[in-house]
Amino acid sequence: MQLSEQLAQYLLSGLSTGAIYALIGFGFAIIYNTTSIINFAQGEFVMLGGMISVYFLSVLKFPLPLAILAAISIATATGAIFERLAIRPLKQATHLNLIIITIGGSILIRGLAMLLWGKDTHAMPTFSGNEPLNLAGATILPQNLWIFGITLMIIIGNKLFFNYSITGKAMRACACNRTAASLVGIDVRRMVLFSFVISSALGSMAGIIIAPLTMTSYDVGIMLGLKGFCAAIIGGMSSGFGTVVGGLLLGILESFGAGLISSGYKDAIAFIILLLILFIRPQGLFKKAETERV
Amino acid sequence: MLNKLLGFIVKRELLKFLIFAAILLLIPFFFEGGYLLNILLFVGIHTMLAIGLNLLLGFAGQISLGHAAFFGLGAYLSGILTATYSINPWLAMFMAAVVVGIMAFVIGFPILKLKGHYLAMATLGLGIIIYIAFNEAVDLTGGPSGLSGIPNLSLGHFIFDSDLKNYYLIWTFTLVTMLLSINLAHSRIGRALRAIHDSEVAARVMGVNARLLKVQIFSLSAVISAIAGSLYAHTMTFISPASFGFNFSVELLTMVVIGGLGSIYGSFLGAALLTLLPEMLRAFQDYDIVIYGLLLILMTMFMPGGLVRCFSAFVVAAISPKKPEGGKGSA
Repeated sequence: MQLSEQLAQYLLSGLSTGAIYALIGFGFAIIYNTTSIINFAQGEFVMLGGMISVYFLSVLKFPLPLAILAAISIATATGAIFERLAIRPLKQATHLNLIIITIGGSILIRGLAMLLWGKDTHAMPTFSGNEPLNLAGATILPQNLWIFGITLMIIIGNKLFFNYSITGKAMRACACNRTAASLVGIDVRRMVLFSFVISSALGSMAGIIIAPLTMTSYDVGIMLGLKGFCAAIIGGMSSGFGTVVGGLLLGILESFGAGLISSGYKDAIAFIILLLILFIRPQGLFKKAETERV
Repeated sequence: MLNKLLGFIVKRELLKFLIFAAILLLIPFFFEGGYLLNILLFVGIHTMLAIGLNLLLGFAGQISLGHAAFFGLGAYLSGILTATYSINPWLAMFMAAVVVGIMAFVIGFPILKLKGHYLAMATLGLGIIIYIAFNEAVDLTGGPSGLSGIPNLSLGHFIFDSDLKNYYLIWTFTLVTMLLSINLAHSRIGRALRAIHDSEVAARVMGVNARLLKVQIFSLSAVISAIAGSLYAHTMTFISPASFGFNFSVELLTMVVIGGLGSIYGSFLGAALLTLLPEMLRAFQDYDIVIYGLLLILMTMFMPGGLVRCFSAFVVAAISPKKPEGGKGSA
């Protein structure tokens, strides 16, 4: 393969994984914006999406669309239950307590997945066949096109929801100022629940569309969650354009790093990028630095 | 007046510690079982690690999700220096501690500018990077298959090659660490750390050099973990990256949270519980992750002070005089 073809290949696969990171990043951003909590369990919802659809497909023999629907519903229900049981009761929790609880939640979900489905990796069939397509010298699978298409739809859906629907605007109001939002009649607790529901739905969708490409197992959540977080940080925790750019950037850098430098250290490259961003520009590439009230 | 009070507190703390140390040093005489001794040996290592993390997390309030990495660095540095380069194990331990300390000091400055979630994620990322390095640098570390042939520690002709001898070796180190940490907690630095935990800005206003102190305690915590790692390497004579990943960092965090943030004896309690529990639940081995997750959630929700505070609150409630019934309470 010529160098230009190689580069095109890295670029395309990087964009593909980057789109996934962006979707996961949305999940982090939406919950953070409504509640100021970083949900460490976000990666586990991604894992649940993939694992549950594999279960419904191969064990219960559901047709693909039903399996996907079932997976998204169950993952979303899990997110809602998690919010109700673990997050809502803690009104006066300190930062530290919330972090520990969400870590505990992520471990719990991962442990249950391991008990239910074992430690093996599972493969999931692609949505529309395995015929590779040729694009500027690089090969992509139809699944990559599905990823781009679905991600685009979700981005547009997000924009419409948060900018043009009452519930979306209410959630943005909670992000600005919780007290003021409740003063104008917004049920903040309901908005918090919604944010978890939307995040877990988005996360599970991301897990479902990537599973045919990368196989899925009970512990993919940690890595995907961290990289999605990285995408969200680069984008400044925005639930829109910034996170998308962050995800794509991360995906491309990781892909080029793996291809040109070393594939064993691929994950390390992503985390080094995370550390560099956190050290140099923690507010992300697109936001101005915020000041904190003491 | 204040001096007498301080003297009383210091003497009581010292007494508490001496009783604790005596019990621990005498345990092998009462329990002949080799298996139990082996477990208690690991309780010692885990206590040391938990204390290191507690200094950072419980006192200074800085969360670290990557502490297993420092443990691993100490173990691998010691292991490589002794197994591959045949350096004296004590010298290797010292060198490993110094290197890890310097590393933590240098990376501490940028990383501790972060707070809360960002610090958690950054330390998590750091831990994973180091874990990947353990796995990938196969020439140095042996990669996933691990590093073997690490010699035992020895003093002259006395080789620490049995569980009993290693028990005393490890617990000597752990008890010294405990003593030093208790001393630190009751000192000006300990108070400064707690001030930083409460409100960093207020502490700085009062003249505490928060930035430097946070990095120093991060460094100290890393050095303690590294020494524990060296001891682990020389006791096991074989190490592999699997013991130093994210899962172990979470275990350490659980130990500290369960025992009680900011309580040195709590770290011992948490370490003991989380080392003994998997052994007792051998039959339920695969459930350990689920149990850790549940424990973390339930403890944080219902007993945020940890077991130690729960015990002492319980004891205080049990022995305090009950108020008289009815309205005629005076005299």
